[in-house]
Amino acid sequence: MKINFIKTIEEKGVEALSLIFAVAVWQLVADRIVQNKLLLPSFYDVVIAFSVIVKNGLIFMDTLTSLLHFSIGIAAAFILGIPLGIAMGWFKAANRALDPIIEILRPIPPLAWIPFAIIWFGLTHQAAGFVVFAGMIFPIIINTYTGFKNVPRVYVEAAKVLGCNRNIDLIRFVAIPSAMPSIAAGIRIAMGVGWMCLVAAEMFGVSSMGLGYQIWHNYYLHRMDFVLVYMLLLGFIGLLIDRFFRYYVDEKMLKWKSGTVV
Amino acid sequence: MGQVSVKKVSRIFGKKEEGHGTEALLNISFDVQDGEFICLLGPSGCGKTTLLRITAGLETLTSGEITLNGVPITGPDPKRGMVFQQYSLFPWRTVIDNITFGLEMQGIKKSEARKQVEKYLDLVGLGQFKNSYPHELSGGMQQRAAIARALANEPEVLLMDEPFGALDAQTRNVLQDELLKIWEQKHVTFIFVTHSVDEAVFLSDRIVVMTSRPGRVKEIVKVDLPRPRSRTSPEVNSLRDHVLKLLEEERFSR
Repeated sequence: MKINFIKTIEEKGVEALSLIFAVAVWQLVADRIVQNKLLLPSFYDVVIAFSVIVKNGLIFMDTLTSLLHFSIGIAAAFILGIPLGIAMGWFKAANRALDPIIEILRPIPPLAWIPFAIIWFGLTHQAAGFVVFAGMIFPIIINTYTGFKNVPRVYVEAAKVLGCNRNIDLIRFVAIPSAMPSIAAGIRIAMGVGWMCLVAAEMFGVSSMGLGYQIWHNYYLHRMDFVLVYMLLLGFIGLLIDRFFRYYVDEKMLKWKSGTVV
Repeated sequence: MGQVSVKKVSRIFGKKEEGHGTEALLNISFDVQDGEFICLLGPSGCGKTTLLRITAGLETLTSGEITLNGVPITGPDPKRGMVFQQYSLFPWRTVIDNITFGLEMQGIKKSEARKQVEKYLDLVGLGQFKNSYPHELSGGMQQRAAIARALANEPEVLLMDEPFGALDAQTRNVLQDELLKIWEQKHVTFIFVTHSVDEAVFLSDRIVVMTSRPGRVKEIVKVDLPRPRSRTSPEVNSLRDHVLKLLEEERFSR
Protein backbone atom coordinates (compact mmCIF):
# COMPACT_ATOMS: atom_id res chain seq x y z
CA MET A 1 0.00 0.00 0.00
CA LYS A 2 2.68 2.41 1.07
CA ILE A 3 4.88 1.38 -1.83
CA ASN A 4 2.00 1.95 -4.22
CA PHE A 5 1.53 5.41 -2.83
CA ILE A 6 5.19 6.28 -3.31
CA LYS A 7 5.10 4.87 -6.80
CA THR A 8 2.09 7.04 -7.64
CA ILE A 9 3.93 10.09 -6.38
CA GLU A 10 6.96 9.21 -8.44
CA GLU A 11 4.88 8.70 -11.56
CA LYS A 12 2.48 11.59 -11.28
CA GLY A 13 4.43 13.85 -8.95
CA VAL A 14 5.32 16.57 -11.43
CA GLU A 15 1.81 16.73 -12.82
CA ALA A 16 0.27 16.97 -9.34
CA LEU A 17 2.76 19.60 -8.18
CA SER A 18 2.09 21.69 -11.24
CA LEU A 19 -1.65 21.60 -10.61
CA ILE A 20 -1.27 22.46 -6.94
CA PHE A 21 1.04 25.32 -7.86
CA ALA A 22 -1.43 26.74 -10.37
CA VAL A 23 -4.27 26.61 -7.86
CA ALA A 24 -2.09 28.27 -5.24
CA VAL A 25 -1.14 31.09 -7.60
CA TRP A 26 -4.78 31.55 -8.53
CA GLN A 27 -5.87 31.70 -4.89
CA LEU A 28 -3.10 34.19 -4.05
CA VAL A 29 -3.74 36.48 -6.98
CA ALA A 30 -7.50 36.49 -6.42
CA ASP A 31 -7.37 36.85 -2.67
CA ARG A 32 -4.43 39.25 -2.22
CA ILE A 33 -3.99 41.17 -5.47
CA VAL A 34 -7.33 41.43 -7.29
CA GLN A 35 -9.47 41.32 -4.13
CA ASN A 36 -12.67 41.53 -6.19
CA LYS A 37 -15.00 38.57 -6.38
CA LEU A 38 -16.62 39.94 -9.51
CA LEU A 39 -13.39 40.21 -11.50
CA LEU A 40 -11.75 37.02 -10.29
CA PRO A 41 -13.37 34.67 -7.78
CA SER A 42 -10.76 32.81 -5.76
CA PHE A 43 -10.35 29.05 -5.61
CA TYR A 44 -11.97 29.08 -2.21
CA ASP A 45 -15.01 31.03 -3.51
CA VAL A 46 -15.42 28.44 -6.26
CA VAL A 47 -15.25 25.55 -3.80
CA ILE A 48 -17.94 27.22 -1.69
CA ALA A 49 -20.12 27.84 -4.72
CA PHE A 50 -19.64 24.25 -5.77
CA SER A 51 -20.76 22.96 -2.37
CA VAL A 52 -23.83 25.19 -2.58
CA ILE A 53 -25.02 23.74 -5.88
CA VAL A 54 -24.25 20.22 -4.69
CA LYS A 55 -26.31 20.79 -1.54
CA ASN A 56 -29.31 22.31 -3.28
CA GLY A 57 -29.12 19.65 -5.97
CA LEU A 58 -28.99 22.05 -8.90
CA ILE A 59 -25.79 20.55 -10.21
CA PHE A 60 -27.40 17.18 -10.85
CA MET A 61 -30.43 18.56 -12.65
CA ASP A 62 -28.33 20.82 -14.84
CA THR A 63 -25.72 18.18 -15.63
CA LEU A 64 -28.38 15.65 -16.54
CA THR A 65 -30.22 18.20 -18.66
CA SER A 66 -27.05 19.07 -20.54
CA LEU A 67 -26.19 15.42 -21.03
CA LEU A 68 -29.70 14.82 -22.32
CA HIS A 69 -29.29 17.62 -24.90
CA PHE A 70 -25.92 16.20 -25.85
CA SER A 71 -27.30 12.67 -26.22
CA ILE A 72 -30.16 13.81 -28.43
CA GLY A 73 -27.68 15.57 -30.70
CA ILE A 74 -25.18 12.74 -30.80
CA ALA A 75 -27.82 10.08 -31.45
CA ALA A 76 -29.34 12.06 -34.31
CA ALA A 77 -25.91 12.81 -35.79
CA PHE A 78 -25.02 9.11 -35.64
CA ILE A 79 -28.24 7.89 -37.15
CA LEU A 80 -28.06 10.33 -40.03
CA GLY A 81 -24.34 11.02 -40.41
CA ILE A 82 -22.83 7.56 -40.52
CA PRO A 83 -25.20 6.10 -43.14
CA LEU A 84 -24.83 9.26 -45.26
CA GLY A 85 -21.05 9.08 -45.05
CA ILE A 86 -21.13 5.38 -45.94
CA ALA A 87 -23.41 5.95 -48.91
CA MET A 88 -21.26 8.80 -50.19
CA GLY A 89 -18.05 6.88 -49.70
CA TRP A 90 -19.22 3.69 -51.35
CA PHE A 91 -21.58 4.77 -54.14
CA LYS A 92 -20.35 7.40 -56.57
CA ALA A 93 -23.87 8.45 -57.50
CA ALA A 94 -24.77 9.11 -53.85
CA ASN A 95 -21.66 11.22 -53.49
CA ARG A 96 -22.46 13.28 -56.58
CA ALA A 97 -26.03 13.81 -55.43
CA LEU A 98 -25.31 14.68 -51.80
CA ASP A 99 -21.99 16.46 -51.99
CA PRO A 100 -23.28 19.84 -53.30
CA ILE A 101 -25.96 20.00 -50.62
CA ILE A 102 -23.53 19.16 -47.86
CA GLU A 103 -20.90 21.57 -49.12
CA ILE A 104 -23.43 24.41 -49.03
CA LEU A 105 -24.79 23.58 -45.58
CA ARG A 106 -21.47 22.73 -43.96
CA PRO A 107 -19.92 26.23 -43.75
CA ILE A 108 -22.99 27.56 -41.91
CA PRO A 109 -21.86 27.89 -38.28
CA PRO A 110 -24.00 25.53 -36.16
CA LEU A 111 -25.01 28.40 -33.88
CA ALA A 112 -26.69 30.12 -36.81
CA TRP A 113 -29.29 27.36 -36.59
CA ILE A 114 -30.41 28.48 -33.13
CA PRO A 115 -33.32 30.69 -34.35
CA PHE A 116 -34.68 27.86 -36.45
CA ALA A 117 -34.13 25.39 -33.65
CA ILE A 118 -36.40 27.54 -31.48
CA ILE A 119 -38.98 28.12 -34.21
CA TRP A 120 -39.14 24.43 -35.10
CA PHE A 121 -38.91 22.81 -31.70
CA GLY A 122 -39.83 25.58 -29.26
CA LEU A 123 -37.95 25.84 -25.97
CA THR A 124 -37.53 22.08 -25.67
CA HIS A 125 -34.72 19.62 -25.15
CA GLN A 126 -34.99 18.75 -28.81
CA ALA A 127 -34.18 22.33 -29.79
CA ALA A 128 -30.89 22.25 -27.86
CA GLY A 129 -30.27 18.74 -29.21
CA PHE A 130 -30.79 20.04 -32.73
CA VAL A 131 -28.05 22.66 -32.34
CA VAL A 132 -25.68 19.97 -31.02
CA PHE A 133 -26.67 17.82 -33.98
CA ALA A 134 -25.95 20.66 -36.41
CA GLY A 135 -22.45 20.88 -35.00
CA MET A 136 -21.79 17.16 -34.99
CA ILE A 137 -23.20 15.89 -38.23
CA PHE A 138 -20.62 17.27 -40.66
CA PRO A 139 -17.43 16.00 -39.02
CA ILE A 140 -19.10 12.60 -38.78
CA ILE A 141 -20.20 12.56 -42.42
CA ILE A 142 -16.88 13.76 -43.70
CA ASN A 143 -14.73 11.40 -41.67
CA THR A 144 -16.91 8.42 -42.47
CA TYR A 145 -16.71 9.37 -46.13
CA THR A 146 -12.92 9.79 -46.00
CA GLY A 147 -12.52 6.48 -44.20
CA PHE A 148 -14.54 4.75 -46.87
CA LYS A 149 -12.63 6.44 -49.69
CA ASN A 150 -9.36 5.23 -48.19
CA VAL A 151 -10.27 1.56 -47.83
CA PRO A 152 -7.28 -0.12 -49.50
CA ARG A 153 -8.32 -1.75 -52.74
CA VAL A 154 -6.46 -4.93 -51.94
CA TYR A 155 -8.75 -5.62 -48.96
CA VAL A 156 -11.83 -5.28 -51.12
CA GLU A 157 -10.34 -7.51 -53.80
CA ALA A 158 -9.18 -10.07 -51.25
CA ALA A 159 -12.72 -10.17 -49.85
CA LYS A 160 -14.18 -10.57 -53.32
CA VAL A 161 -12.05 -13.58 -54.21
CA LEU A 162 -12.97 -15.08 -50.84
CA GLY A 163 -16.63 -15.00 -51.79
CA CYS A 164 -17.73 -11.66 -50.33
CA ASN A 165 -19.36 -10.01 -53.32
CA ARG A 166 -22.51 -8.16 -52.31
CA ASN A 167 -22.16 -4.45 -51.58
CA ILE A 168 -23.84 -4.88 -48.21
CA ASP A 169 -21.35 -7.58 -47.17
CA LEU A 170 -18.35 -5.66 -48.48
CA ILE A 171 -19.47 -2.60 -46.52
CA ARG A 172 -20.14 -4.58 -43.38
CA PHE A 173 -17.14 -6.90 -43.33
CA VAL A 174 -14.47 -4.86 -45.07
CA ALA A 175 -15.20 -1.16 -45.44
CA ILE A 176 -16.62 -0.39 -41.98
CA PRO A 177 -13.83 -2.13 -40.03
CA SER A 178 -11.21 -0.63 -42.31
CA ALA A 179 -12.70 2.86 -41.99
CA MET A 180 -13.28 2.58 -38.23
CA PRO A 181 -10.21 4.58 -37.15
CA SER A 182 -11.31 7.46 -39.36
CA ILE A 183 -14.94 7.23 -38.22
CA ALA A 184 -13.84 7.21 -34.57
CA ALA A 185 -11.64 10.25 -35.15
CA GLY A 186 -14.62 12.01 -36.73
CA ILE A 187 -16.81 11.20 -33.75
CA ARG A 188 -14.19 12.61 -31.41
CA ILE A 189 -13.95 15.85 -33.33
CA ALA A 190 -17.72 16.00 -33.49
CA MET A 191 -18.05 15.53 -29.74
CA GLY A 192 -15.79 18.51 -29.15
CA VAL A 193 -17.79 20.68 -31.52
CA GLY A 194 -21.07 19.37 -30.13
CA TRP A 195 -20.08 20.19 -26.57
CA MET A 196 -19.40 23.80 -27.53
CA CYS A 197 -22.68 24.05 -29.43
CA LEU A 198 -24.50 22.66 -26.41
CA VAL A 199 -23.30 25.45 -24.16
CA ALA A 200 -24.04 28.11 -26.73
CA ALA A 201 -27.52 26.76 -27.37
CA GLU A 202 -28.34 26.72 -23.67
CA MET A 203 -26.91 30.22 -23.22
CA PHE A 204 -28.94 31.63 -26.06
CA GLY A 205 -32.11 30.64 -24.34
CA VAL A 206 -32.99 27.51 -26.20
CA SER A 207 -33.26 25.91 -22.78
CA SER A 208 -34.10 27.08 -19.27
CA MET A 209 -31.86 24.50 -17.68
CA GLY A 210 -28.47 23.01 -18.22
CA LEU A 211 -24.88 23.97 -17.51
CA GLY A 212 -24.70 26.54 -20.31
CA TYR A 213 -27.95 28.15 -19.17
CA GLN A 214 -26.61 28.41 -15.62
CA ILE A 215 -23.52 30.26 -16.81
CA TRP A 216 -25.66 32.95 -18.40
CA HIS A 217 -28.17 33.02 -15.58
CA ASN A 218 -25.49 33.51 -12.92
CA TYR A 219 -23.81 36.12 -15.06
CA TYR A 220 -27.01 38.17 -14.96
CA LEU A 221 -26.95 37.84 -11.20
CA HIS A 222 -23.27 38.84 -11.18
CA ARG A 223 -22.38 35.67 -9.31
CA MET A 224 -19.11 35.09 -11.06
CA ASP A 225 -18.01 32.39 -8.63
CA PHE A 226 -20.96 30.31 -9.82
CA VAL A 227 -20.16 31.14 -13.42
CA LEU A 228 -16.69 29.79 -12.87
CA VAL A 229 -17.97 26.61 -11.22
CA TYR A 230 -20.14 25.85 -14.22
CA MET A 231 -17.29 26.63 -16.58
CA LEU A 232 -15.02 24.20 -14.76
CA LEU A 233 -17.80 21.61 -14.68
CA LEU A 234 -18.20 21.87 -18.44
CA GLY A 235 -14.47 21.38 -18.87
CA PHE A 236 -14.32 18.36 -16.60
CA ILE A 237 -17.36 16.64 -18.06
CA GLY A 238 -16.07 17.26 -21.59
CA LEU A 239 -12.73 15.81 -20.61
CA LEU A 240 -14.38 12.78 -19.03
CA ILE A 241 -16.53 12.07 -22.07
CA ASP A 242 -13.50 12.33 -24.34
CA ARG A 243 -11.35 10.09 -22.13
CA PHE A 244 -14.07 7.50 -21.83
CA PHE A 245 -14.64 7.47 -25.56
CA ARG A 246 -10.92 7.23 -26.27
CA TYR A 247 -10.52 4.39 -23.83
CA TYR A 248 -13.45 2.54 -25.31
CA VAL A 249 -12.32 3.00 -28.90
CA ASP A 250 -8.63 2.26 -28.39
CA GLU A 251 -9.05 -0.66 -26.02
CA LYS A 252 -12.11 -2.34 -27.42
CA MET A 253 -12.80 -1.37 -30.99
CA LEU A 254 -9.37 -0.61 -32.40
CA LYS A 255 -7.30 -3.08 -30.47
CA TRP A 256 -5.96 -4.34 -33.80
CA LYS A 257 -4.25 -1.02 -34.35
CA SER A 258 -2.29 -1.00 -31.12
CA GLY A 259 1.39 -0.92 -31.85
CA THR A 260 0.96 0.27 -35.40
CA VAL A 261 2.07 3.76 -36.20
CA VAL A 262 -0.82 5.94 -37.23
CA MET B 1 -10.91 -30.36 -60.76
CA GLY B 2 -9.18 -27.21 -61.83
CA GLN B 3 -8.62 -27.07 -65.56
CA VAL B 4 -8.05 -23.59 -66.90
CA SER B 5 -8.19 -22.65 -70.57
CA VAL B 6 -7.00 -19.28 -71.78
CA LYS B 7 -8.44 -18.71 -75.25
CA LYS B 8 -7.28 -15.85 -77.47
CA VAL B 9 -7.36 -13.36 -74.65
CA SER B 10 -6.70 -9.70 -75.42
CA ARG B 11 -6.96 -6.74 -73.12
CA ILE B 12 -6.77 -3.14 -74.19
CA PHE B 13 -6.71 -0.41 -71.58
CA GLY B 14 -8.09 3.02 -72.37
CA LYS B 15 -10.29 4.11 -75.20
CA LYS B 16 -10.34 1.51 -77.90
CA GLU B 17 -12.50 3.38 -80.42
CA GLU B 18 -10.19 6.37 -80.49
CA GLY B 19 -7.32 4.13 -81.40
CA HIS B 20 -4.85 5.06 -78.69
CA GLY B 21 -5.61 2.46 -76.06
CA THR B 22 -2.76 0.53 -74.51
CA GLU B 23 -2.61 -3.08 -75.57
CA ALA B 24 -1.71 -5.03 -72.47
CA LEU B 25 -2.42 -8.55 -73.69
CA LEU B 26 -2.63 -9.78 -77.26
CA ASN B 27 -4.16 -13.05 -78.34
CA ILE B 28 -2.94 -15.23 -75.50
CA SER B 29 -3.84 -18.90 -75.51
CA PHE B 30 -2.69 -21.80 -73.38
CA ASP B 31 -4.19 -24.58 -71.30
CA VAL B 32 -3.47 -25.47 -67.70
CA GLN B 33 -4.06 -29.07 -66.69
CA ASP B 34 -5.79 -30.04 -63.50
CA GLY B 35 -3.30 -30.03 -60.62
CA GLU B 36 -0.57 -28.44 -62.67
CA PHE B 37 1.86 -25.81 -61.38
CA ILE B 38 2.23 -23.06 -63.98
CA CYS B 39 4.39 -19.98 -63.73
CA LEU B 40 3.74 -16.83 -65.75
CA LEU B 41 7.05 -15.15 -66.38
CA GLY B 42 7.88 -12.06 -68.36
CA PRO B 43 9.48 -8.65 -68.39
CA SER B 44 7.83 -6.09 -66.13
CA GLY B 45 4.79 -4.48 -67.70
CA CYS B 46 4.09 -7.48 -69.93
CA GLY B 47 0.63 -7.96 -68.50
CA LYS B 48 1.20 -11.15 -66.50
CA THR B 49 -0.54 -9.69 -63.46
CA THR B 50 -3.39 -8.45 -65.67
CA LEU B 51 -3.83 -11.96 -67.03
CA LEU B 52 -3.92 -13.36 -63.50
CA ARG B 53 -6.42 -10.72 -62.39
CA ILE B 54 -8.67 -11.56 -65.33
CA THR B 55 -8.50 -15.20 -64.27
CA ALA B 56 -9.46 -14.15 -60.74
CA GLY B 57 -12.41 -12.20 -62.10
CA LEU B 58 -11.10 -8.88 -60.78
CA GLU B 59 -10.39 -7.49 -64.24
CA THR B 60 -12.29 -7.72 -67.50
CA LEU B 61 -10.96 -8.82 -70.86
CA THR B 62 -11.48 -7.09 -74.19
CA SER B 63 -11.80 -10.23 -76.29
CA GLY B 64 -11.40 -13.96 -75.93
CA GLU B 65 -12.30 -15.94 -72.84
CA ILE B 66 -10.87 -17.83 -69.91
CA THR B 67 -12.69 -20.91 -68.71
CA LEU B 68 -12.45 -22.99 -65.57
CA ASN B 69 -13.54 -26.58 -66.25
CA GLY B 70 -15.23 -25.32 -69.40
CA VAL B 71 -17.22 -22.57 -67.67
CA PRO B 72 -16.33 -18.99 -68.70
CA ILE B 73 -15.06 -16.75 -65.91
CA THR B 74 -17.18 -13.65 -65.38
CA GLY B 75 -16.38 -12.48 -61.87
CA PRO B 76 -14.64 -13.36 -58.63
CA ASP B 77 -15.50 -16.72 -57.15
CA PRO B 78 -14.21 -18.61 -54.11
CA LYS B 79 -13.38 -21.51 -56.46
CA ARG B 80 -10.44 -19.41 -57.59
CA GLY B 81 -8.37 -18.38 -54.59
CA MET B 82 -5.86 -15.59 -54.84
CA VAL B 83 -2.78 -14.51 -52.93
CA PHE B 84 -1.71 -10.93 -53.55
CA GLN B 85 1.71 -9.37 -53.77
CA GLN B 86 0.83 -6.72 -51.18
CA TYR B 87 -0.03 -7.82 -47.68
CA SER B 88 -3.74 -8.34 -47.91
CA LEU B 89 -4.69 -9.80 -44.54
CA PHE B 90 -7.47 -7.83 -42.89
CA PRO B 91 -5.61 -5.96 -40.14
CA TRP B 92 -8.69 -5.81 -37.90
CA ARG B 93 -8.99 -9.61 -37.78
CA THR B 94 -6.69 -12.01 -36.01
CA VAL B 95 -4.84 -14.61 -38.08
CA ILE B 96 -7.44 -17.30 -37.47
CA ASP B 97 -10.32 -14.94 -38.17
CA ASN B 98 -8.68 -13.97 -41.43
CA ILE B 99 -8.56 -17.62 -42.40
CA THR B 100 -12.17 -18.23 -41.44
CA PHE B 101 -13.36 -15.24 -43.50
CA GLY B 102 -14.18 -17.27 -46.60
CA LEU B 103 -16.09 -19.89 -44.63
CA GLU B 104 -18.04 -17.19 -42.79
CA MET B 105 -19.04 -15.77 -46.17
CA GLN B 106 -20.45 -19.19 -47.03
CA GLY B 107 -22.65 -18.87 -43.97
CA ILE B 108 -20.69 -21.19 -41.68
CA LYS B 109 -20.76 -20.14 -38.04
CA LYS B 110 -17.58 -18.62 -36.70
CA SER B 111 -17.04 -21.25 -34.01
CA GLU B 112 -17.53 -24.05 -36.52
CA ALA B 113 -15.29 -22.30 -39.09
CA ARG B 114 -12.53 -21.94 -36.50
CA LYS B 115 -12.52 -25.70 -35.97
CA GLN B 116 -12.40 -26.33 -39.69
CA VAL B 117 -9.41 -24.09 -40.41
CA GLU B 118 -7.15 -25.49 -37.69
CA LYS B 119 -5.58 -27.83 -40.24
CA TYR B 120 -4.68 -24.95 -42.54
CA LEU B 121 -3.07 -23.09 -39.67
CA ASP B 122 -0.94 -26.16 -39.01
CA LEU B 123 -0.25 -26.60 -42.71
CA VAL B 124 1.41 -23.18 -42.89
CA GLY B 125 2.94 -23.52 -39.42
CA LEU B 126 1.12 -20.63 -37.78
CA GLY B 127 -0.66 -22.60 -35.05
CA GLN B 128 0.83 -20.59 -32.20
CA PHE B 129 0.14 -17.25 -33.90
CA LYS B 130 -3.52 -17.82 -34.54
CA ASN B 131 -4.68 -15.11 -32.16
CA SER B 132 -2.13 -12.53 -33.29
CA TYR B 133 -3.05 -9.53 -35.37
CA PRO B 134 -1.37 -9.18 -38.79
CA HIS B 135 0.78 -6.23 -37.72
CA GLU B 136 2.40 -8.49 -35.15
CA LEU B 137 3.63 -10.91 -37.83
CA SER B 138 6.64 -10.78 -40.11
CA GLY B 139 6.13 -10.43 -43.85
CA GLY B 140 6.74 -14.13 -44.45
CA MET B 141 4.22 -15.13 -41.81
CA GLN B 142 1.64 -12.75 -43.26
CA GLN B 143 1.98 -14.35 -46.68
CA ARG B 144 1.73 -17.81 -45.11
CA ALA B 145 -1.49 -16.76 -43.44
CA ALA B 146 -2.73 -15.34 -46.76
CA ILE B 147 -2.05 -18.71 -48.40
CA ALA B 148 -3.93 -20.50 -45.62
CA ARG B 149 -6.81 -18.06 -46.03
CA ALA B 150 -7.01 -18.79 -49.75
CA LEU B 151 -6.79 -22.56 -49.18
CA ALA B 152 -9.49 -22.59 -46.51
CA ASN B 153 -12.10 -22.04 -49.22
CA GLU B 154 -10.86 -25.25 -50.88
CA PRO B 155 -10.38 -23.60 -54.26
CA GLU B 156 -9.81 -25.51 -57.46
CA VAL B 157 -7.27 -23.00 -58.68
CA LEU B 158 -4.89 -20.93 -56.61
CA LEU B 159 -3.74 -17.72 -58.28
CA MET B 160 -0.61 -16.16 -56.89
CA ASP B 161 0.56 -12.71 -57.87
CA GLU B 162 4.26 -12.52 -56.94
CA PRO B 163 3.36 -13.53 -53.40
CA PHE B 164 6.98 -13.67 -52.29
CA GLY B 165 8.07 -10.55 -54.16
CA ALA B 166 8.37 -8.42 -51.04
CA LEU B 167 10.25 -11.01 -48.99
CA ASP B 168 13.97 -11.40 -48.45
CA ALA B 169 15.81 -14.09 -50.41
CA GLN B 170 16.08 -16.61 -47.58
CA THR B 171 12.48 -16.38 -46.45
CA ARG B 172 11.56 -16.66 -50.08
CA ASN B 173 13.40 -19.97 -50.48
CA VAL B 174 11.78 -21.38 -47.35
CA LEU B 175 8.32 -20.37 -48.52
CA GLN B 176 8.93 -21.86 -51.97
CA ASP B 177 9.72 -25.21 -50.35
CA GLU B 178 6.62 -24.97 -48.17
CA LEU B 179 4.46 -23.99 -51.10
CA LEU B 180 5.51 -27.08 -53.04
CA LYS B 181 4.67 -29.26 -50.05
CA ILE B 182 1.22 -27.69 -49.89
CA TRP B 183 0.76 -28.14 -53.61
CA GLU B 184 1.66 -31.83 -53.38
CA GLN B 185 -0.75 -32.38 -50.49
CA LYS B 186 -3.68 -30.40 -51.77
CA HIS B 187 -3.86 -31.25 -55.46
CA VAL B 188 -4.80 -27.73 -56.46
CA THR B 189 -3.96 -26.10 -59.80
CA PHE B 190 -1.46 -23.29 -59.24
CA ILE B 191 -0.98 -20.30 -61.50
CA PHE B 192 1.92 -18.31 -60.16
CA VAL B 193 3.08 -14.94 -61.48
CA THR B 194 6.73 -14.14 -60.94
CA HIS B 195 9.53 -12.10 -62.42
CA SER B 196 12.16 -14.38 -60.97
CA VAL B 197 13.55 -17.01 -63.34
CA ASP B 198 14.97 -18.98 -60.40
CA GLU B 199 11.59 -19.11 -58.73
CA ALA B 200 9.85 -20.22 -61.92
CA VAL B 201 12.37 -22.99 -62.64
CA PHE B 202 12.32 -24.20 -59.05
CA LEU B 203 8.54 -24.32 -58.71
CA SER B 204 6.73 -25.01 -61.92
CA ASP B 205 5.79 -27.86 -64.24
CA ARG B 206 5.67 -25.44 -67.13
CA ILE B 207 6.71 -21.82 -67.52
CA VAL B 208 4.67 -19.54 -69.77
CA VAL B 209 7.22 -16.98 -70.92
CA MET B 210 5.57 -13.79 -72.14
CA THR B 211 6.81 -11.09 -74.46
CA SER B 212 7.10 -7.46 -73.52
CA ARG B 213 4.05 -5.27 -74.09
CA PRO B 214 1.71 -6.19 -75.62
CA GLY B 215 1.99 -9.46 -73.75
CA ARG B 216 1.90 -12.53 -75.96
CA VAL B 217 3.04 -16.08 -75.29
CA LYS B 218 6.67 -16.27 -76.37
CA GLU B 219 7.34 -19.85 -75.44
CA ILE B 220 6.00 -22.42 -73.04
CA VAL B 221 8.98 -24.07 -71.37
CA LYS B 222 8.46 -27.51 -69.88
CA VAL B 223 10.41 -28.08 -66.68
CA ASP B 224 10.80 -31.84 -66.74
CA LEU B 225 12.80 -32.24 -63.57
CA PRO B 226 11.93 -34.44 -60.59
CA ARG B 227 11.11 -32.80 -57.26
CA PRO B 228 12.57 -31.96 -54.83
CA ARG B 229 14.70 -29.95 -57.18
CA SER B 230 18.14 -28.69 -56.54
CA ARG B 231 18.52 -24.96 -57.08
CA THR B 232 21.94 -25.29 -58.71
CA SER B 233 22.14 -28.60 -60.60
CA PRO B 234 23.45 -28.49 -64.21
CA GLU B 235 19.98 -29.30 -65.62
CA VAL B 236 18.45 -26.47 -63.63
CA ASN B 237 21.17 -24.11 -64.72
CA SER B 238 20.82 -24.90 -68.40
CA LEU B 239 17.06 -24.39 -68.17
CA ARG B 240 17.56 -21.14 -66.36
CA ASP B 241 20.02 -20.11 -69.02
CA HIS B 242 17.48 -20.86 -71.73
CA VAL B 243 14.73 -18.86 -70.03
CA LEU B 244 17.04 -15.96 -69.30
CA LYS B 245 17.99 -15.84 -72.98
CA LEU B 246 14.32 -15.71 -73.92
CA LEU B 247 13.82 -12.75 -71.62
CA GLU B 248 16.94 -11.06 -72.90
CA GLU B 249 15.64 -11.25 -76.47
CA GLU B 250 12.58 -9.41 -75.24
CA ARG B 251 14.67 -6.66 -73.78
CA PHE B 252 16.43 -6.03 -77.07
CA SER B 253 13.42 -6.45 -79.33
CA ARG B 254 11.84 -3.36 -77.81
